[in-house]
Amino acid sequence: MPGTYKHRQWVNIAAFTVTGLCALLTLSVLFFILGYVTMHGISSLSWDFFTKLPKPVGETGGGMANAIVGTFKLISLASVIGLPIGILGGIYLAEYGKGTTAGFLVRYSADIINGVPSIVMGIFAYTVVVLPMKHFSALAGGIALSIMLIPIAVRSTEEFLRLVPMAIRESALALGLPQWKVIVRVVIPTAMKGLLTGVLLDVSRVSGETAPLLFTAFGNRFWSSGWLNPISSLPVMIFTYAVSPYEDWHRQAWAAALVLLMIVLATNVGARVLMRNQVQVA
Amino acid sequence: MNAVLTERQPPLSTLPARKAVRKSSSGFGDSIFKNITLIFALSILAIATAIAWQLFKNSALSRHAFGWSFLSKQIWDPVAENYGALPFIFGTLVSSTIALIIAVPLGVGVAIFLSELAPRNVSDACSFLIELLAAIPSVVYGLIGVFVLVPLMRVHVQPFLIRTLGFLPLFRGPAYGVGMLTAALVLAVMIVPFITTISREIFMSVPSSLKEAAMALGATHWEVVRLAVLPYSRSGIAGSVFLALGRALGETMAVTMVIGNRPEIMASLLAPGYTMAAVLANEFTEATSDLYVSTLIQIGLVLFAITIIVNAIGRLILYEMTPQAEAH
Repeated sequence: MPGTYKHRQWVNIAAFTVTGLCALLTLSVLFFILGYVTMHGISSLSWDFFTKLPKPVGETGGGMANAIVGTFKLISLASVIGLPIGILGGIYLAEYGKGTTAGFLVRYSADIINGVPSIVMGIFAYTVVVLPMKHFSALAGGIALSIMLIPIAVRSTEEFLRLVPMAIRESALALGLPQWKVIVRVVIPTAMKGLLTGVLLDVSRVSGETAPLLFTAFGNRFWSSGWLNPISSLPVMIFTYAVSPYEDWHRQAWAAALVLLMIVLATNVGARVLMRNQVQVA
Repeated sequence: MNAVLTERQPPLSTLPARKAVRKSSSGFGDSIFKNITLIFALSILAIATAIAWQLFKNSALSRHAFGWSFLSKQIWDPVAENYGALPFIFGTLVSSTIALIIAVPLGVGVAIFLSELAPRNVSDACSFLIELLAAIPSVVYGLIGVFVLVPLMRVHVQPFLIRTLGFLPLFRGPAYGVGMLTAALVLAVMIVPFITTISREIFMSVPSSLKEAAMALGATHWEVVRLAVLPYSRSGIAGSVFLALGRALGETMAVTMVIGNRPEIMASLLAPGYTMAAVLANEFTEATSDLYVSTLIQIGLVLFAITIIVNAIGRLILYEMTPQAEAH
């Protein structure tokens, strides 16, 4: 060991101080972002923001009512398509897929999809939905987001079902229940809180996505009816407004960022508090 | 699947009536349920294949027009319809690499602090908060980048770098605010949570016998970290770095908003650049000709291939580690 005892003590203190500063720096970045968005967002939020449509270019005022509704529409559509695939796929992996080739391939594909950049999801949805239909649509955006939901839904479902003790399954089987009923009536209810946490975290992650929507859902300055028209969403509006040259649009971008951040963080924190309670009970 | 079903069940006629009905209904339900979940599971495989196939198919025009030279050409001229992806590949790799250079020491430092020094409840609370960093939408990072970081870089940081380190080609040129370094800084903040979360878990799973052995030899706490904890966790940290790199390479919105979007290869880190993801975000909806669209899809294909390789390496390393690390 190099150096005297004093020197080593000094290195010890210095090194841990540096790690402490790293933690402080990272946390201050978080608090700065949250604080800055809140400060600028609150001063720009108004009743109009939630109730009015965007004004034409150059006019001040207006809101993003259509984008807020659009975001919820897109997330709902994505959940309806993506979550069943993810959850049922996860059930297969946890209950039947152990050590099988199919299980390995499915798990592997989920990991691949998880690593695919979100903008590439946008291209995929563009090629399979927008190109054949020849126009942008809420459907295309929903499909792009739904694919992003799948991998995390699969992996979290698998993990949480695996946590259910084998003994519970075996007792239910011993009572004469067929395996599928054991899964549906015993295993899934036992893991319900965990599954819900996974789903919420998943939806929270996807609801802030912008890149896959740019050339699928596109954007719309008016209300979008049905699922086959271009639709506005908060993330895309933030992007468009932020890179525009208009002061008033910048102001609204901050307001939209605050609303989006609230939606995303509320689901994220809610999900993790739910999980924490569950862990404590267990 | 039907063959399997009939194989397992004895023919109905050989069993007493009641038993046959019960058995077949439960076996039937089982096989239906299993096959439904199997179909959904296999559809995930189908989607992954479809993504690769669609990118490959729709980039055919561009692949045939430019061949492999697409990857090595520097030209980007939509008017003359002559395209090369090198500036984007360069921008993506450079911005992600600088981001890693900043984020790896920072993230590992935070993880050491949280696992070694902080009391358990403080550590849990801090990692809860750090995971929030990963939850903040990319476009919000971009917004902060455009209105806070870019002016800061233009007025203070970049002039300072030019004054003090301007003798290096890396820090020459006018201070635009936007540029490679700005993008790398934003990326670094975005990937720190990935490195910290995984590293912390791995540090916490280091066997205490190893740490105690080092302590028994008279090591200070830091020496325990350096001699026992870090060597044991080396491959786990490497895995987390690859996963973080995979994120950084594909990161779109925040980078698009602060990198300056100029398709040229510049030596200076202060100069504007362009990444593969950013050019897709900016130009896809404006692409007018079929060849232009096809070219952009080919850039998507290249990005897809690079991120798959990087993620696969990261996963492989982490699969070898503890099962807890696998969850991420």
